[in-house]
Amino acid sequence: MTTARTITFTLNGQQVSTAIEPHRNLVELLQRFDLFGARESCGQGLCGCCTVLVDDQAVSGCLYFAVWADGKSVTTIEHLDADGKLSPVQQAFIDTGAFQCGFCTPGFILMSHQLLKEHPNPTDDDIRHYLSGNLCRCAAYPEIIEAVKLAAKQTA
Amino acid sequence: MSEVGRELPRLEARAKVTGRAEYTHNLRLPGMLYGKVFRSTVPHGRIRRVDTAAARALDGVHRVVTGEDIHKVIPEPYYGPAFHDQPILALDKVHHVGEPVAVVLAADPHVAEHAVQLIAAEYDELPAVYDEVAAMQPDIVVHDVLKPAGTFADLKHLKGRTGTNVALDYHLRRGDPDGAFKSAAHVFEHTFKSQQCLHVPFEPFVAVAEPADDALVIHTSNQTPSFVHTEIARLLGWPENRVRVKVPFLGGGFGAKVYVKLEALVAALALIVRRPVKIALSMEEQFYMITKHATTFRIKSGVGADGRIVARACEVFWNGGAYADIGPRVTQKSGFTSPGPYDIDNVSIDSYELYTNRTPAGALRGFGIPQLVWAYESHTDLIARELDLDPVAFRRNNILRQDRPQASGTAMKDAAIAEVLETLAARMGWGDNKEFDRGNGAIRRGRGIAVGFKASISPTTSVAIVNVSGDGSAVVYTSSVDMGQGSDTAYAQIVAEVLALKAEAVRVVHPDTDVTPYDMGTLGSRSLFHMGNAVRLAAEDALAKLRALAAEAGLPEGTNYPPAEIFKKRFGMQAGNVIGAASYVPSYKSPDAQTGLSDNVTPFWMIGGAGAEVAVDTETGAVRVEKLVNAADCGKPINPAVARTQLSGAAVMQLGFTLSEIMQLDGGQVTNASLADYKIPGIRDIPPMHNELVAAEQHSGPFGAKGLGESGTFGVSPAIANAIHDAVGVRITELPITAEAVLRALRKQQGRPLEDAA
Repeated sequence: MTTARTITFTLNGQQVSTAIEPHRNLVELLQRFDLFGARESCGQGLCGCCTVLVDDQAVSGCLYFAVWADGKSVTTIEHLDADGKLSPVQQAFIDTGAFQCGFCTPGFILMSHQLLKEHPNPTDDDIRHYLSGNLCRCAAYPEIIEAVKLAAKQTA
Repeated sequence: MSEVGRELPRLEARAKVTGRAEYTHNLRLPGMLYGKVFRSTVPHGRIRRVDTAAARALDGVHRVVTGEDIHKVIPEPYYGPAFHDQPILALDKVHHVGEPVAVVLAADPHVAEHAVQLIAAEYDELPAVYDEVAAMQPDIVVHDVLKPAGTFADLKHLKGRTGTNVALDYHLRRGDPDGAFKSAAHVFEHTFKSQQCLHVPFEPFVAVAEPADDALVIHTSNQTPSFVHTEIARLLGWPENRVRVKVPFLGGGFGAKVYVKLEALVAALALIVRRPVKIALSMEEQFYMITKHATTFRIKSGVGADGRIVARACEVFWNGGAYADIGPRVTQKSGFTSPGPYDIDNVSIDSYELYTNRTPAGALRGFGIPQLVWAYESHTDLIARELDLDPVAFRRNNILRQDRPQASGTAMKDAAIAEVLETLAARMGWGDNKEFDRGNGAIRRGRGIAVGFKASISPTTSVAIVNVSGDGSAVVYTSSVDMGQGSDTAYAQIVAEVLALKAEAVRVVHPDTDVTPYDMGTLGSRSLFHMGNAVRLAAEDALAKLRALAAEAGLPEGTNYPPAEIFKKRFGMQAGNVIGAASYVPSYKSPDAQTGLSDNVTPFWMIGGAGAEVAVDTETGAVRVEKLVNAADCGKPINPAVARTQLSGAAVMQLGFTLSEIMQLDGGQVTNASLADYKIPGIRDIPPMHNELVAAEQHSGPFGAKGLGESGTFGVSPAIANAIHDAVGVRITELPITAEAVLRALRKQQGRPLEDAA
């Protein structure tokens, strides 16, 4: 189809390099590194299942071309417990039971990380605003809101 | 502390929050090809030609497969749980837009996707039928001849029938409805409609088939691995032990992923190309796979001067779409509950499953019950209003109480209907009319209540194995699928309770038909009761064997040695296993073919209800749900925290089906097949909720528990419609209740109706 281009980027704290065609998205790029926590679902950037942090900003991996990662720092859900310990957000999601099937959960957790970074003490409205781009078909929304509040309390 | 009743987090919690949980979605195998599907663009037509030359010529395309190619490896390539009506790829005819016609296989899914665009098909178009009531007439017939699968006795009379779209008709007669209507003080008659909508699990349908020497392994996101196992073996003409079906976690199911979906297709493709084949649908493609039945429900009630319902007649038409799937079971199993949870002596029910040229309809969280409750609880509310009776008091006066026979003739045992009704009334502050703010100006407020019930599935079989190892740790083997409902955790709690372990120390093996025993399926809220009973019995069997082992080891009877010590004492080292096994098969009597009656129609009853407070903007028709109370009888919950989230999750899903979700059709084409245009509830759409499990016990359930996955859906739609009526005096009789629908009703009420769109 199209010619691959070599890109170099930081993936979960390690510098990596790979050749990838310009039509492939970030989710496909991550799959090459056996990272499956970012999941393409709606394919339109609406559900948030493919959320990934690029230079600390949450992006929809299904709408983000892989080649754009060149020179950037990419963080996925798999990195949050790199030190063997769950992040406070991850722990809060467990403590409040904020998921059922778990397919959308990595996206909610990464978006919550960005929220708490920018608003360490979020109001309910802040939480709803930040998480309005993430959908959960199991509808664990009330527990997700509780989880974010609990994580905020525990990191304060 | 007891393990049953403990609110521990799901066993797989860590795997899910770290993104490491295993889904079929993740699976890639060496040499694997990706399949992309070429689909019909017409709703009904004879296939004249499928031109695949340009697709085959594209660089990187491995193979293009059509229905004729499938025919060569599978001589009778038709599948389905009730009818063998669905071809693996279309043969001769297409029956709905989006039906699979051909598949392109390539190592790169983008290449396959591109090649699909190069396929061209020509059809001789046939007239199509979309409406369930219109399909009762044989003017347009979807299938030339009916082909029931033979699995269900009540479908046998349909074999070979031509000139009809009726895929099942279920009839029930109880008492003397005609006589009772004649002598009734009041007679009420209404028609309600519900829309076609769908599950949209966020892990879209995905399956991988992997050929081995003389066997086939199927990895799939499916709720019924045992059924897939049997059905693929039947299609291939192989013994079951040459087919292996494996299911990891599911990224949502909701009834979509029951029976065969992509599995027959990937199996046939893998046998043709002798390589692993994966098909993963896009979100858009899910709109062409399986949906929820649209329905038309005509309901008529006779009421005595004392406010008692004396007769009810129900005529239900189920829009089954192009293939029967499990629709005929929905028609019968839900059919006999269509008069609602009321004590009515004279009942008639006529329930029809109809083929149409739409995407097939099957099971969706409630198995038809939400469509029925929508109608009978809207109707019941209208009767109360007409008679100037309080809606709760009217229900209280008519409700089915403990031990009274339901329409089918089966007595209500362990069915806390009255308790659910009273809980809703209490949490809504019903009777406290002075306290309730009815709004003013353009914003008017109202409240409504609704209660529904459901039977469980039968006949049905569940088999479980519990293995205790030399160190005393336990592993459970079942073919239940954990799709988020928490069955793994519940089984661990049950085994832990019996064997005096901690639930965290129990491991649950996911379905693998080479390893895990038979289970009918993870559907209809059946797992906790049916498999839960089997798991409990298997654990008790293991416990009895451990005690026998202790006796063999010469340990004194009646002492509580930890299992590890028993093994060590018996085998002289940490060694050995104890295997407990059990089947659970509840008793059941199928309904009489003539009367539709049975005194043992279900192993247990599920009860669920909702109360809603709404604010209606009379200038725009917008409805805001300001409070939603959900109540259910799930017996004694094994894990109350997980149970409550099942209740609220089901209610929110039904909230979407109530207010926004609808598959829009134009000439048989779905015009909103994406999450951009098909609106499901997001975090901003969640009303303040109160979720309550009423105090109850299912005496035949494991530790008093029963299923709950669907109960939260029952009452939501009619509770909201009843609340809107209470607020602004208009009655919405068709789902979804959009702002436009409410505004149209308001304008009609004001004598200045809105014009129809051109």
